[in-house]
Amino acid sequence: MKYIDEYRDGKLAESIAQAIRGRLTQPRVLMEICGGQTHTIMRYGLEDLLPPEIELVHGPGCPVCVAPLEVIDQALAIAAQPEVIFVSYGDMLRVPGSRTDLFRVKAAGGDVRIAYSPMDAVRLARENPSRPVVFFGIGFETTAPANAMAVWQASREGLRNFSMLAAHVLVPPAMRAILASPACRVEGLIAPGHVCTVMGSREYEDLARDFHLPIVIGGFEPVDLLEAIRLLVDQLEDGRAQVENQYVRAVTRTGNLAAQRIMEQVFEVCDQKWRGIGEIPASGYRIRAEFARYDAQRVFGTGQITADEPKECISALVLQGLKKPSDCAVFGARCTPEFPLGAPMVSSEGVCAAYYAYRRHAPGGPQ
Amino acid sequence: MCLAVPGKVLESQDIGFNRIAKVQFGGVTRKVYLDFVPEAGVGDYVLVHVGFAISKIDEAEAQRTLALLEEMGAILDEGGE
Repeated sequence: MKYIDEYRDGKLAESIAQAIRGRLTQPRVLMEICGGQTHTIMRYGLEDLLPPEIELVHGPGCPVCVAPLEVIDQALAIAAQPEVIFVSYGDMLRVPGSRTDLFRVKAAGGDVRIAYSPMDAVRLARENPSRPVVFFGIGFETTAPANAMAVWQASREGLRNFSMLAAHVLVPPAMRAILASPACRVEGLIAPGHVCTVMGSREYEDLARDFHLPIVIGGFEPVDLLEAIRLLVDQLEDGRAQVENQYVRAVTRTGNLAAQRIMEQVFEVCDQKWRGIGEIPASGYRIRAEFARYDAQRVFGTGQITADEPKECISALVLQGLKKPSDCAVFGARCTPEFPLGAPMVSSEGVCAAYYAYRRHAPGGPQ
Repeated sequence: MCLAVPGKVLESQDIGFNRIAKVQFGGVTRKVYLDFVPEAGVGDYVLVHVGFAISKIDEAEAQRTLALLEEMGAILDEGGE
């Protein structure tokens, strides 16, 4: 397929890796933020192409993984109500809450449905006017415009039975918190391409300046990621700390202004709790008061539900790039995609799921 | 979840409040909302996430990136590394 195949070209990938080997003079620790990028790195074995002096650590870019336990518990409480049609992206269904998950709620008779788009939930609300339809609106900046549009559309159509349980997270404030930690070893960042498609590369300029950190906006195919790494190595070897854009075919400095406008209209920035990491100031979106009728937390009064994170899962450290899944005592043993203890083992973007799918039989890897 | 896939706009029309297109991904065709990329037209490639196009793919930039990378590969080959 156009815009995919040419970025999976093995010869091109090897020549970029060769350029990296030719430039690198010392060990470097780089972080890719987005879980989609983590999966590309694992799936194509990019670490095996890179010189061993480059260590890749993995960031918090999996919205399912960072959704706090209490939001999952709120979703479960709403989904279990008899009249409710609860609509979610498929990734959320197996994520463990404190006591159960959406799959089990569905098995017990809950009407839980998987949607490809939030607009599917709006359509369901239109088709089922006597039943409350609740969409689990989770995601980073990439997904927020679509979720905002669903609320906006429901409002324009005057749908009274549609609401959204919103758990939106924002990348730059979380990265600021992670980079500020004394334990952080990251020397260069691959910023998430599709988040930047929406928000623009300019959001990362303060981070590059404040932490004197090279940042490259990267795409999602193997050639994209290797080229992003090459650009980071060039910056590090030159002593530069700038925002560069590798993913120029989809990212501009200002981003998608139409998408940003709809998010502004429906959402406002709020402090947000991240699973395992805790509350990060101004790192999420909540539904504005004007749209309170569409805010499932207010409609169902679930805002008071709180939960404690399980102690055994080390995902907090994994999501900050401080540990790898293979450092976890229960990885692949008591925690597997079928029986996950933490969200990173469930999500198609979760770093533990990536290690489990592609690396669990690797030499020296966990068995 | 930030997965976005490039597809080609086959046709588009205004329906209700929205601009909706038929977009082809390899052998599959899907309905896609074009509300965030009003500049996209028939024949353009768009990047699609959860049913919405989030950008029109910049063909010229894509070509330029690939040309630069291929050039770099050729130079390395000549260097005999």
